[in-house]
Amino acid sequence: MATGSRSVIILEELTAVVLLTLMGAAAIGVARQRNLFGVVLLSGIYSFLMATVMVVLDAVDVAMTEAAVGAGISTVLLLGAIHLTGGTESKPIHRPWLPLFVVTVTGAMLVYGTLGLPAFSDPQAPIHQHVAPRYLTEGPEKTGVPNVVTVVLASYRGFDTLGETFVVFTAGIGVIALLRRRNPRRTQDRDGEGDRS
Amino acid sequence: MRLDIILRVIAKLLIPFALVFGLYVQFHGDYGPGGGFQAGVIVAAAVIFYALIYGLPAARRVVPDAVVEFLLAFGVLLYSGVGIASILLGGNFLDYFVLGADPVSGQHRGIFWVEAGVLITVAAVMLKIFYVFAARKRDAGEAGQ
Repeated sequence: MATGSRSVIILEELTAVVLLTLMGAAAIGVARQRNLFGVVLLSGIYSFLMATVMVVLDAVDVAMTEAAVGAGISTVLLLGAIHLTGGTESKPIHRPWLPLFVVTVTGAMLVYGTLGLPAFSDPQAPIHQHVAPRYLTEGPEKTGVPNVVTVVLASYRGFDTLGETFVVFTAGIGVIALLRRRNPRRTQDRDGEGDRS
Repeated sequence: MRLDIILRVIAKLLIPFALVFGLYVQFHGDYGPGGGFQAGVIVAAAVIFYALIYGLPAARRVVPDAVVEFLLAFGVLLYSGVGIASILLGGNFLDYFVLGADPVSGQHRGIFWVEAGVLITVAAVMLKIFYVFAARKRDAGEAGQ
């Protein structure tokens, strides 16, 4: 049994490494590609790989969202944007060495920061000692809902989820305000002024 | 010119299953992975798929802009309404315990309606963003000439 679970862990790590390598390749492809159609397809592939990584990490909810939003709807929206703007990226005016430097330094600092974190899925980690045990033991009993993720999201963290819903709502309102310049009825009336800027 | 017959037939076969899967993710979210956000994007993706294959005007006939804009606000109001209802029944804002005959059924009911609100807003926002993006060239072209 012990060897079996250990080989499962090794297999999981191997899968994660392969997926992360492929994601790195996709990211480099996005950075080097000038054809925006290819960029959009590569970022869709990147999102699908990310969703698979989430499945490997047992976060199926996040994987579902990533697959539907990242790979599905965003890809369609970006293709729509290409349709509006044209399909090739113009060459950069200067070589972006400074941004590369900033990104490298920030990334190195973040990797350095992870060295101080507790080991991955360590049960003694502070985050698993605070309220998590209470949610796991009390949650299903108190709410009658066995899925702890749903209990935390909708009940214990109901305020946060309300805020998130408002964020989604505000984002939608913002996009409508930006993109819908004129209402369809006025277009039909044809006021002739043509206030597009 | 109808070379896309395969796409049309396959889309017609797939969209009902996508919608049912969205409902499954929504209502089975109490027991398995899923919930309002996931179900909302799946439902929106099904309608967007329909729009891609059959054209934006067809999709706008099925799910009109006015309905989408109404639902976009209605989901948030439903979520907030659950909070207000729990105040009126004597609890705190979003305190679901007072919503049912006993605390457990109250929690269950509160979670159900809250998730429904999330589903409605998320699906409507995703769909609306797609609509305004996809309609932009068309509207701009009409306005330009």
